[in-house]
Amino acid sequence: MRVAALNFKRKAQQSLRNARLQSALGKIQVRFVQARAEAIAGLDDFAAVKRRATEIRENVLANLDAWLERFEQEATRRGAVVHWAETAADANRIVIEIARAAHVKKVVKSKSMVSEECALNDALEAAGVQVVETDLGEYILQLAHEAPSHIVAPVLHKTKDEVSDLFAQKHALPRKTGIAELCREARDILRPHFVSADMGISGGNFLIAETGSVLLVTNEGNGRMATTLPRVHVAITGIEKVVPTLEDATTLVRILPRSATGQDITNYVSVLTGVKNSDESDGPEQFHIILLDNGRSALLGTPLQSMLRCIRCGACMNHCPVYQNVGGHAYGWVYPGPMGSVLTPLFAGLADTLPLPNASTLCGACAEVCPVSIPLPDLLRELRHRQSEQDLRPRLERLSLRLWVWLALRPRWYARATSLASRVLHGLGGAKRRLRWLPGAGGWTDGRDFPAPAGSTFRALYRARKIP
Amino acid sequence: MRTGLFVTCLVDLMRPAIGFAALKLLEQAGCEVAVPATQTCCGQPGYNAGDNAAARELAIKLALEFADCDYVVVPSGSCAGMIRVHYPRLFPDDSEPARRVRALAARTYELTDFLVNIAKIQTLPGYYRGRLSYHDSCSGLRELGVKQQPRALLARLPDVELKEMEQCETCCGFGGTFAVKFGAVSTQMADNKCRRIHASGANAVVAGDLGCLLNIEGRLRRIGDAATRVLHIAEVLAGEQGKVPCE
Repeated sequence: MRVAALNFKRKAQQSLRNARLQSALGKIQVRFVQARAEAIAGLDDFAAVKRRATEIRENVLANLDAWLERFEQEATRRGAVVHWAETAADANRIVIEIARAAHVKKVVKSKSMVSEECALNDALEAAGVQVVETDLGEYILQLAHEAPSHIVAPVLHKTKDEVSDLFAQKHALPRKTGIAELCREARDILRPHFVSADMGISGGNFLIAETGSVLLVTNEGNGRMATTLPRVHVAITGIEKVVPTLEDATTLVRILPRSATGQDITNYVSVLTGVKNSDESDGPEQFHIILLDNGRSALLGTPLQSMLRCIRCGACMNHCPVYQNVGGHAYGWVYPGPMGSVLTPLFAGLADTLPLPNASTLCGACAEVCPVSIPLPDLLRELRHRQSEQDLRPRLERLSLRLWVWLALRPRWYARATSLASRVLHGLGGAKRRLRWLPGAGGWTDGRDFPAPAGSTFRALYRARKIP
Repeated sequence: MRTGLFVTCLVDLMRPAIGFAALKLLEQAGCEVAVPATQTCCGQPGYNAGDNAAARELAIKLALEFADCDYVVVPSGSCAGMIRVHYPRLFPDDSEPARRVRALAARTYELTDFLVNIAKIQTLPGYYRGRLSYHDSCSGLRELGVKQQPRALLARLPDVELKEMEQCETCCGFGGTFAVKFGAVSTQMADNKCRRIHASGANAVVAGDLGCLLNIEGRLRRIGDAATRVLHIAEVLAGEQGKVPCE
């Protein structure tokens, strides 16, 4: 997927005007925010689980190389093949090589954001392999040729009516309107693909070092079918997803669905270990695990390392008032919301993602709900700092800031300038004491009046009071 | 107890009454109040724009200005948060200025937090009669834990009826320069806030940060609501029906 983050502002404005999208986004409050709050309240000691989850993730990152080697050993011992992909292109190349070697014609996919990060579907199709998304949301998006707008609920931006229209058109069947009917229709179409596919591709929520297993949380059951029915299973995930033990993984599973969808646990939790044994009837003959770096290891030991704790629950975007209003597509890549505004610049470069770290009020709602305590506002600020250090901020902004700081360091000049500003703006405000338009601040006055100052500054009034 | 009042650049420029209200509250609480004449800005605009060097310069200036105060009180959660939480991160080393800045951070408080937990104010000088809704400004709430303090103080005004709005902890969309850079998004966030204020049944909205108040007031007026009053918590606690004389 190409990164298109530079026009965040324009796309955000389009989103605000899109009534359908706005109505779809309205679901976030009940389906995610309230659901999470209830699920968290139902946990005996959420704060303690969160602390432990944070520790687990941070401890892994402190010795990431060692845990990855352990994972590779254990996975290999059980018949899996571990592949290391430095870049997205490497990951795609590895998958295509596996597909060629195994004469794969059709792939069924369970939901994987890392595969979106790599644009794997495009690569596979270019190599002549048919790809069928089997997660309902991803399937809808594949039919509609759209990108996901949320990392957990990829089709959040669509309403049920839009899906009804899409299915009727693409499936050439009578239009259905009930959710159950729509699901059944998708299921009927997807089932034969599971049986006929040669390869199943999944993501991996956690990699368990002590057993070499890949843990998957899913709700639809498609993940289980995609990973067990086809003769080849490829799991693709980021190197940061490793955890030491099964017990650590279960601690994180206590906190992941609750943070994501407000479920105590997902409908399916699969721990996939090794290949089918000779005495077993189910499971893949080949199990490939592709571990993608794509810039992740470069964050180790930097002020942004904590971003690698992320378990992709989506709570930060669900609770972000900017995301809630503009949705995921405005962010221009796979990962939207606060976590995306940190990750996208790291993957795509600061210069091509300038608006993202700034598209936040730094209100802190994201950090408050993050189950692994990632200080997202601090990370966004760190990226702003890097933009500033590399002279990437607009000239006018830099000049105004310089002027402001110059004045603020010189109280006499500052007093004069603010006195003048207060007087002038007060005058312009008139009897209603507000301005409908302010030069250079159209961003404010397009949608809001600007309350006029009182005409004198505090410092002037205070001084006059002290010297009668 | 020598207490420095840092009025903040926004209050100084836009609404001096808030500064006088804070002053009155501190004096009522028995503080000997100092208002250094050379104070300007805490540096937050620079810091949030990534200009840490500018923020550092202003932090050193502020630390010098308030060096002789036992406490520093700020009628703004975001400026108090800047000093208390973010200054120490800008000065992690062991130099003399760094020690001074960190000491300043440790004795800096948001106004309502200070009145309730440090000064333990007994009587409030203000009078207010009416239905208020309190908006929790983000930095005060999440960086400094300002939540119960303003409500505890409002509860002491006998004729105030607090009408909580839904999502009182959701950002109003101000975010400093965000409000101008992403004006349309910011406006919609402010609009959501206005709808919740209206739904609360209050006829005035109160908050602890002037930035949020300007944003909310700007949107209320633009959508034709000239009636809902938009007040700083200090104005309610110290004023006569929210009005504080500036001279």
